[in-house]
Amino acid sequence: MANVNIKINGQDLCVDEGLTVLQAAQQAGIGIPTLCYHADLALDGVCRVCSVEVKGQRALCASCVYPVSEGMEVLTHSPKVRNARKVIVELMLANHPQDCLICARNQNCELQAMARELGVQDVRFTGDRKDIPTDSSSTSVVRDPDKCILCGRCVRTCQDIQSVGALHFSGRGWDTEIVAGLGGDLADAVCVSCGQCINRCPTGALKGNDPSAKIWDAIYDPAKHVIVQTAPAVRASIGEEFGMEPGSRVTRKMVTALRMLGFDKVFDTDFTADLTIMEEGSELIQRVTKGGVLPQITSCSPGWINFIEYYYPELLPHLSSCKSPQQMFGTLTKTYYAEKMGIDPKDIVSVSIMPCVAKKFECDRPEMYSSGYKDVDYVLTTREAAAMMKEAGIDLPSLEDGEYDAPFGITTGAGAIFGNTGGVMEAALRTAYELITGEALDDVNITAVRGTDGIREATIQVGALPVKAAVAHGLATAREVLEGIKSGRYKDYAFIEIMCCPGGCIGGGGQPQPTNEEIRKKRIEGIYAEDGAMELRKSHENPAIKAIYEEFLGEPLSHKSHDLLHTTYTPRSQRTVKSEKPTKVQID
Amino acid sequence: MAFYRAHILVDSGTAAVLKGANAVRNTLIEEIKSRGLDKEIKVVETGALGLAGAVPAIVVYPEGVTYANVTVEDVPEIVEEHLLKGRRVQRLVYKDDTPAVVKAAGSARSAEMRVVLKNIGVIDPTSIDEYIAMSGYEALAKALTAMTPEDVIAEMKASGLNGRGGAGFPTGLKWEFTAKADGDIKYIVCNADEGEPGNFKDRLIMEGDPHQIIEGMVIAAYATGAQKGFIYIRGEYQQSVANTERAIDVAREMGLLGCDIMGSGLNFDIEVFKGAGAYICGEETALLASIEGFRGESRVKPPYPPTHGLFGKPTVINNVETLANVPHIIVNGAQWYSEIGTARSKGTKIFSPCGDVQYPGVYEVPFGSTLREVIFGMAGGIKSGKKFKAVLMGGPSGVLVGEDALDRRLCSEDLNPGAGALIVLDETKCVVDLIRNCAQFFLHESCGQCTPCREGTKRMVELFDWWAAGSGSEQDLMLADQLATTMALTSRCGLGQFAGVAFKSSISLFEDEYLAHLADKSCPAGVCDMDKVEEEVRA
Amino acid sequence: MESCNSNCCVQCDAEVVAIVDKCGRTECNLIPILHQLQRSMGYVSNEAMEKVAAELGISVAQVHGTATFYSLIYTKPHGKNVIRLCDSPPCHLQGSGAIRDAITKAIGIEPGETTSDGNFTFETVSCMGLCGVAPAIMINDDVYGNLTVDAIPSILEKYFACCCKEGC
Repeated sequence: MANVNIKINGQDLCVDEGLTVLQAAQQAGIGIPTLCYHADLALDGVCRVCSVEVKGQRALCASCVYPVSEGMEVLTHSPKVRNARKVIVELMLANHPQDCLICARNQNCELQAMARELGVQDVRFTGDRKDIPTDSSSTSVVRDPDKCILCGRCVRTCQDIQSVGALHFSGRGWDTEIVAGLGGDLADAVCVSCGQCINRCPTGALKGNDPSAKIWDAIYDPAKHVIVQTAPAVRASIGEEFGMEPGSRVTRKMVTALRMLGFDKVFDTDFTADLTIMEEGSELIQRVTKGGVLPQITSCSPGWINFIEYYYPELLPHLSSCKSPQQMFGTLTKTYYAEKMGIDPKDIVSVSIMPCVAKKFECDRPEMYSSGYKDVDYVLTTREAAAMMKEAGIDLPSLEDGEYDAPFGITTGAGAIFGNTGGVMEAALRTAYELITGEALDDVNITAVRGTDGIREATIQVGALPVKAAVAHGLATAREVLEGIKSGRYKDYAFIEIMCCPGGCIGGGGQPQPTNEEIRKKRIEGIYAEDGAMELRKSHENPAIKAIYEEFLGEPLSHKSHDLLHTTYTPRSQRTVKSEKPTKVQID
Repeated sequence: MAFYRAHILVDSGTAAVLKGANAVRNTLIEEIKSRGLDKEIKVVETGALGLAGAVPAIVVYPEGVTYANVTVEDVPEIVEEHLLKGRRVQRLVYKDDTPAVVKAAGSARSAEMRVVLKNIGVIDPTSIDEYIAMSGYEALAKALTAMTPEDVIAEMKASGLNGRGGAGFPTGLKWEFTAKADGDIKYIVCNADEGEPGNFKDRLIMEGDPHQIIEGMVIAAYATGAQKGFIYIRGEYQQSVANTERAIDVAREMGLLGCDIMGSGLNFDIEVFKGAGAYICGEETALLASIEGFRGESRVKPPYPPTHGLFGKPTVINNVETLANVPHIIVNGAQWYSEIGTARSKGTKIFSPCGDVQYPGVYEVPFGSTLREVIFGMAGGIKSGKKFKAVLMGGPSGVLVGEDALDRRLCSEDLNPGAGALIVLDETKCVVDLIRNCAQFFLHESCGQCTPCREGTKRMVELFDWWAAGSGSEQDLMLADQLATTMALTSRCGLGQFAGVAFKSSISLFEDEYLAHLADKSCPAGVCDMDKVEEEVRA
Repeated sequence: MESCNSNCCVQCDAEVVAIVDKCGRTECNLIPILHQLQRSMGYVSNEAMEKVAAELGISVAQVHGTATFYSLIYTKPHGKNVIRLCDSPPCHLQGSGAIRDAITKAIGIEPGETTSDGNFTFETVSCMGLCGVAPAIMINDDVYGNLTVDAIPSILEKYFACCCKEGC
């Protein structure tokens, strides 16, 4: 690409001609404040705080969308620019609750940070402020439109990254609102509960539906036996909430912290990830050998399940019938574990810590009562778990290591890599290869399915059998894959892994904010490091898995497995209007 | 074609129809028939004659006598006296001391120069024959047979025609960008979303002479290589939609649209797109979003529409008046055109004075005419014997000027005319009240995408509401000024960028009036209701 | 709220399909489709929006977002007669405020409201290009200009609900 010569704040620069002024300034180490801009998203240029002075232009230009050109002269912090930015932020604050002290995003809010950075010390505009009720109808996502600055990041996330379009702009001008579906409750909209909107919201307008008050109650209720499971992705990200670098592995510190919080037992979801591999792998072998529907698609990502139920119900037979590791875990705690420990399952409160808000929806599904009780009672996101730790005065980074409790404490690297895109596929291949060929893998690192490209396709030689597999993450790419299945493009594929969120669970909607490609890559590195450090790296070699089959389940796909570890899916309609009778009104 | 000894044109513009023009026309037809004159005299409906203050109006040809304020009761007398006996009904004749608007009616003042409006009130807008009889489609024939597309663009550039929608970008240059842009398909879009308050000139052209626009668009298509055209007409302009759609159908039937136009091999067709009520769609990128089925939200520029327009394809977007100028330039030549007007503003401009003038209406004058000529010479000056106070140039997004501007020339070198609206205030009007009303307009019409415009228009209205209720303070003026500056500098599109311009221009001109409202809590014009309780107003 | 009468859903769906077929089954016909729906059904219901989205293969978000953006598209039922009063500067200067008060006096509602009998919806709108005959109103498709306060009752008279069988 050709270069152009530009001048920013008097400094001569030679930059790629395709850059925006913002990018060129960033390269030169000049910071320009942004709000609607997000590295993951298409450019929009609506908040206008990144405005800069470009010589020859009557008005200021939004640097996030303005391309550089030869000879351009830019001032990023002239008095004109600084004054205008301050007024813009003042305007935002004038229409904002300004209840920072009691906001979920206090000290982690981009608007708050910007007001401080720009030195806004007064809000001179006093007048109407929007007053729209908070929408807590969804078990996953809570929307407080009063805190919304209409930057549109959530809309672009929902439409472009996830191709869902549950959120959009409605109305016009001062009355513009971001609404769900037809303007009603989020729970009534075609929302897949992924929470990607939360991750990219600069303010407290979007957050998870936080059950921590009920969990505190359970912990301090002597009649309750409160157990917690921790998802694979949480260990490589929860440290961020305590100021640690993304990807920092804090698995055992987290165990200590949870024990300090008062959980009776601390278990690892990696265990049921291993179990998923046994069940899902066996299901795949059965489909291949007995002529089932192929390609088989993974089913551990609940946002993804919601998506296919809404948009491609005709493809549901492709889904593995396996429950997600969270739900397998929930069922086992209230059956196998309860039995083994002699605890009445009604006294068990099963909590999970997930990188995900769709898990909150999943645990509420009517299909998820196979133990006879609600299999998982509460789901805490990574963020909410960290908040509980802080409330309990726990400083995670300074803790000693702890160990997970038996019987669900022994896990493998295969379970750990469920936390990132490609991980389920790699874990499945490690086991399938050895079970089918009876030979040991030379190298357990199956790098062909790793990486962060939207869709990755690979053919893996399993003995004499070439197995074609594909991996996709993010629902817009999932949609491409599903269209490919419909058009026959994947007809000779055996197995496809689909994760709802970009990067897989490490980029989930319950993860620490902010998020971007770089952060997600660091978390993935953390997960693979965890895998590499494990003694056991293949699910079928997990002795606890062997034990549970011997003691309780019998064998993979046994009757008991089917009853407890597998599920069914529900086609959903995109038509949500239930109670409207059109009134005929004729003008003319 | 039948020959008639006389034609009677009946003004059937919106203003006339609502004052009973249809009844007048029907009575006229009956009366003529009952006297057995229907083989000799033809009654023709025309678009608005521009006599908004004196309708219903009719013009009798060949004499070119205009009768104004005609009622159903007057019709028998006109038929009896004028058509049978050849004597004018003097009490109804449009007087010479009233403004001269219709050149064809024989009473035009020398200052008005009708180029684009030359057929208005002269021809039946539903008749393509009459348009053709007035040299219509001659320009298209000339372009297609005697000129290359490059010649057309060169001619347009040489003419100096600038866009008439307000921004004034050179039309030839715009066409050239699109002609040179890569694209398997290109579009010509006519911006007929005339929404700036005070403007109603495009409505007159569409209602009175729609073929001119079609001809201009086909020539643009030939010059740029476009295949498809849209005329985006605001949803409120039902008559314009009807007349334009009918004209398109007739033109298509005659082979002037569609495949192989005039045997030249040019394929081009036009569709009318009816807007749905949003001023912002007058902004060109918002207009494109609207045609594509989206919210009328402006898009990031660059890239600009000539290379990345409708559906991402190269697109020429021109205002109605701009396109209506095109046939005249092609027929008469760039040389002729560039001699009209001033050094930087070529040709004529249509103005629509309204507000406190005696004869609100639509007048076409060469660029460089003075504000006084239009307001006093044509619109008859201030009505009811009051004094002139100010004029809002181009509408709410324009500047407010006072008496000292009356002798300034209307052209880009001097007083920028904007889209042509002249909202005139007499001495009894309050400037604070006017600007408050402008602010309300922008609040209602902001698309809501960008922060400064969405939030700023709201705060501006609130400040003005307080001032007009006697709850202002002098510091407010500084705050409002800063707000207007920020909106002008940082808004995403023209709407927000120009929303505070009228306010800013009014402060220096009418500082006393602002101070009276803010410091003395009084409205000198007695328009604002200043005695509300402060606490209630400014909670 | 009344539960959905499945029969009316079917009718609404059929109407949407007919209109979509007529206007053309592409996204860029969304606004013409909304215009037509409004003409035939009075307003664009939530149900109709979902059906339009399904027919055009676009998201409900786009249909709802677009429909709620434009002031001539109604997504809620409105009165049988819609009175639009221009309150932009040319009409404002010529006394649209007094006309507003006169209309309010005549029909008993403020701008933004609908009469309890559903006969009138009253709204103030931006410029309708009737500045030459300011102050002006539109009632449905009829235009009235050069208004005076005294003229309002007689203009509104013919829009009051009539009691004859045919309606008028």
